[in-house]
Amino acid sequence: MPSVEITPHLYRFFPALENRTISVPAGSVAEVLRAVDELAPGFSDYVLDERGALRRHVNLCLNDTNVIDRKTLSDRVPEDATLYIFQALSGG
Amino acid sequence: MSNMILLGTRKGTVIFDRSNSAWNPRPIEHAGIPVCYAARDPRNGTLWASLDHGHWGPKLSRSRDGGMTWEDVLSLKYPEGARYIVKYLPTPDFDPEAPVGQPEYKDATVFKIWNLAFGTAGQPGRLYAGTIPGGLFVSNDGGDSWELNRPLWNHESRGGNLFAGEATSENRWGGTPASIDYGVFEPGIHSIVIDPRDPLHMHVAVSSAGVLETTDGGQTWTGRNRGMLNDYTPNPESAWGHDPHFVAGCPGQPAHLWQQNHCGVFYSDDGAMTWKKVSMPDAGVHFGFPVAVDAHDGRTAWVVPARADSERMAIGGGLCVARTTDGGQSWQSFRNGLPQENAYDIVLRHGLDVSGDSLCFGSTTGNVYLSEDRGETWQCLGHHFPPVYTVRFG
Repeated sequence: MPSVEITPHLYRFFPALENRTISVPAGSVAEVLRAVDELAPGFSDYVLDERGALRRHVNLCLNDTNVIDRKTLSDRVPEDATLYIFQALSGG
Repeated sequence: MSNMILLGTRKGTVIFDRSNSAWNPRPIEHAGIPVCYAARDPRNGTLWASLDHGHWGPKLSRSRDGGMTWEDVLSLKYPEGARYIVKYLPTPDFDPEAPVGQPEYKDATVFKIWNLAFGTAGQPGRLYAGTIPGGLFVSNDGGDSWELNRPLWNHESRGGNLFAGEATSENRWGGTPASIDYGVFEPGIHSIVIDPRDPLHMHVAVSSAGVLETTDGGQTWTGRNRGMLNDYTPNPESAWGHDPHFVAGCPGQPAHLWQQNHCGVFYSDDGAMTWKKVSMPDAGVHFGFPVAVDAHDGRTAWVVPARADSERMAIGGGLCVARTTDGGQSWQSFRNGLPQENAYDIVLRHGLDVSGDSLCFGSTTGNVYLSEDRGETWQCLGHHFPPVYTVRFG
């Protein structure tokens, strides 16, 4: 199963995700985020807008590659991949 | 007499409590998170903060225990199909004579929850929220769920009902510079004035469109900008395109409304049917952001004058608060207790409030001042707060 690594910044709002390994079924990035949201309800509101698109100042990487489809999150997350969720460096 | 003041600051929510005659700040809440509005619902004591997360999107935070604990309210979202016509900042090669092209549409998402307003005592669950990109949201259950007010969103001044299809009219709403931090140039609703005697009667103010009124609970809206002067545009008396910085009403005399904007201070004593410019530049009263109105006397209002649109700072390095008690025919400036040299503070649109004889304002320089004699003398509540976006008595 793919794993998910989350910026510690988000532990403040979702302490249930801290100090644990997050493994979810393989699928699209959207499906993986939905699975994380089931573990921590409300999580997707922090990384996605109400259209389901990635927020402007959030980055997702599959292993060390940026996710390409930021709008519908259709990139596939393979079994052995890690999805990294972190804040974009937006200056300041 | 209010015993609480809430500050929304760039680094969180600061709550002051009055203890005997002293005002004491609590440790900051929402530490590190910009808070663009914070207020207490006078009907049930619930505290609200609008969080302006840099990365994680706008969120409402609510406390039902006086600020001991807070919870996220994640339900304020644009519905599927909510669209608007995109505006762009004019570029150097902008040609005003060029033919108007086809409108460009964009799906709406919330960029900023700019302010909140609480319904009348007869509507205990009713809340309103104004957003960038220009949607008014309504809750009837204390904020658990929110619904976009579609008649305002679909207003003909904005292109008509884009849920249904193509624009049927021109979009007359501009963008507010306050939206540029989000990478967009969209309008925003920052003022919501509810008539305490008639909950179906409201005014909202939109940056950059103007003031709109409803008398049927939001089913229909009418622009109320007659008398407004946009003195920097080709048609200063245009029906739309005005940029109110803030609009406030008198609860006891709801026909009395005040507006501070780029081009002066404006006053209406007929429910915004007509506005009168009541600035006195010679007295320093012209440009600024906030305005506060007495709860009972609609002719009495306060502003915190700033130098000019092009120089957004205190006038002559000294802070003052100006008060009128005659509907803007005359203004009196008060400086006692306020710094009179090396002050560059600016007070933003939600940064001044009045409660009885007390007034409080906070500046982007992190200074907070309180008056308990209707603005005539001031005491400092602290010099080192984060930049202050909003001040509200609780």
